[in-house]
Amino acid sequence: MSGEGRALTAIAEFDSVGLRYGTGAEVLRDLDFRLSKGAFYFLTGPSGAGKTSLLKLLYVAQRPTRGRIRLFGEELSDAPRDALPHFRRRIGVVFQDFRLIRHLSAFDNVALPLRIGGAREEEVEGPVREMLAWVGLADRASARPPTLSGGEQQRVAIARAVINRPELLVADEPTGNVDSDMAARLLHLFAALNRLGTTVVVATHDVGLIGATPGAQMIRLENGSMVDPTGSLRNPPPPRGAV
Amino acid sequence: MFDWLFVSPPERRLLGGQPLRGPTPWVIAIMSFSMMIVAAAGLALAGTAGLVAKGAESRFSIQVPGGSKSLAPVLAALRASPGVSSADPVPEAEMRKTLERWLGPAGGSADLPVPAIVNFNAAPGTDLASIERRVAAAASGSRLIAHRDSLAPLLKSLRLLQWLALALVLLLGGAAAAAVVLAARGALDTHRFTIDVMHGLGATDVQVTHLFQRKIALDALVGSIAGASAAALVLLLLAAGASFLGGLTGGASLGISDYVLLALLPLVLTGLATWVGRAAVLAALREAV
Repeated sequence: MSGEGRALTAIAEFDSVGLRYGTGAEVLRDLDFRLSKGAFYFLTGPSGAGKTSLLKLLYVAQRPTRGRIRLFGEELSDAPRDALPHFRRRIGVVFQDFRLIRHLSAFDNVALPLRIGGAREEEVEGPVREMLAWVGLADRASARPPTLSGGEQQRVAIARAVINRPELLVADEPTGNVDSDMAARLLHLFAALNRLGTTVVVATHDVGLIGATPGAQMIRLENGSMVDPTGSLRNPPPPRGAV
Repeated sequence: MFDWLFVSPPERRLLGGQPLRGPTPWVIAIMSFSMMIVAAAGLALAGTAGLVAKGAESRFSIQVPGGSKSLAPVLAALRASPGVSSADPVPEAEMRKTLERWLGPAGGSADLPVPAIVNFNAAPGTDLASIERRVAAAASGSRLIAHRDSLAPLLKSLRLLQWLALALVLLLGGAAAAAVVLAARGALDTHRFTIDVMHGLGATDVQVTHLFQRKIALDALVGSIAGASAAALVLLLLAAGASFLGGLTGGASLGISDYVLLALLPLVLTGLATWVGRAAVLAALREAV
C-alpha cells in the first residue's frame, strides 16, 4: 500500500512520539503506529504503562515532547494553539471520572459540544433529547450530576462524547465505575457508534470486555512503549474492500 | 464586536452562581467614587486657575510714591495712553484699612506714609513700556506692577494640583485595573474545571473569555455607576454648600464640558476594566496547553 493510500485510511499517525511531563522521565517512548479509520481498538497494559498519557495525546490534551502526530491527516505536533479546537471538536472523549459539570443539568452537559460548535438553540433540543433517550436517560434530562448514579453519569458522559458524531471516540476505563451489565451496555453503545463509522479507542483492564468485541484490535503498552510484535499497528492491513 | 454581551442563558449557566456577587463591583465602586471626586476637584482647580489667570492677564497696577498728591498727573497719563481702560485709584482709606489688618491701629495713622495705587486694565498687545515711561514722567519713581507676575506662584501651585489630580485619577484607574486582574484570575481558578472541560470539547480561548468578559463588564458597569452616583451626590452637596458659603470657596465651579467629562469617567472605567479583564483571562488561558 502506498504512503498516500495509508494516510487516507489512517485517522491517527504517530511517528517516534515521546512524552515527558516537566523534567521527569519519558512516560511514552518511540511510539510508531497508525489507527485505521472506522476500526475499534482496545488499549491495554498494566497500571502506569502510559495508557492515559497516550489517550491524552489522542484527544489533544497534551502535545508530544518529541516525534510527530498527524490527526485526521493534519499535522498536530506543531499546530498553533488556535488550531487545536478544530481537532478537539472531531474527537469524543469519555473520562473515567466522567468530568461532567456539576452545576449543569444532564441536558446542558450533553448539549455543551453542540453549543461550543456554534449550534443555535433550536438545533440543540432535538439531538440532545434523542441522545439522552439513546443512553436511556430521557427522563433524567434536568437532573444534575450529583443526583445521578455512577452508571447514569457515565451514560451522560458518553452521550456528551458522541453527540457531535465524532470521527474518533476515546474512552479511558469507561467501565471502571459500573457493574458488568452496565459495562456490556456501554460496550454495545460503542460498537453501535463504531458501526456508524467512528473510530473507537477504549483503554481498559477488563479482559472480558475485549473478548466480547469481535473484530476489535488490541494496542498494548508496557513501560511507555508499544508492544507490536507483528508490526500490524505500524503498518495496518488495508480495510476490507480497499484496493 | 459586542456579541459577547449577548450570550444565551445556557452559556450564562456555564459559570453558575449569581451575577454581581463577589468583591469586584464593590472595589470598582470605591475606585469610581474616588476617581470622580478627585477628577471633579482637578477640573474645578483647572477652572479656577483659568479664571484667575484670565483676570490677571490684563490687570495692572501703578504704584505712585508720595501718595495722593501725585495721583492726578498719573491718572491723566494713564487715561491718555492707548489700550488702557478703567484706570481707577484705590482709595487711601481702603489701603489703610488693609494695613490695619496687619499693623493694627498704627496702620491708620497719618504718620504712616502710604503710596497711591491705580489699578487699570490694558488690552492685549498694549505697549506697557510706553505706559511705564508716561507715568514715570508724570510722577517720578512710579512703578508698573503686572498682576500676572504677582499671581504666578499661586497659578503654579494650582497647575501643580491639577496634575496631581490627574495623576491620582490615573493611579486609581491602574489600581482598579489591578483589582480586575486579580478578580479575573480568581474567577479562572474557581472555574478551572469548567474551562478544562470546555477546552476538551473544542471551545476556543475566545469563547471561554467571552463568558468571563461579560461578567467582568457587568460587575464593572454596576460598580462604576454606583460609585459615580455616590460621588455625584457628594459633589451636589458640596456645590450647594459652596453657593451657601459664597465667596469663601473662591467661586470654584464646573462647566458643561467638565460635567460631560465626569459623566464619561464611569464608562471609561468600565471599558478599561473589561479590556484588562479580557486580556488577563486570555493571557492566563494561553498559559495552558
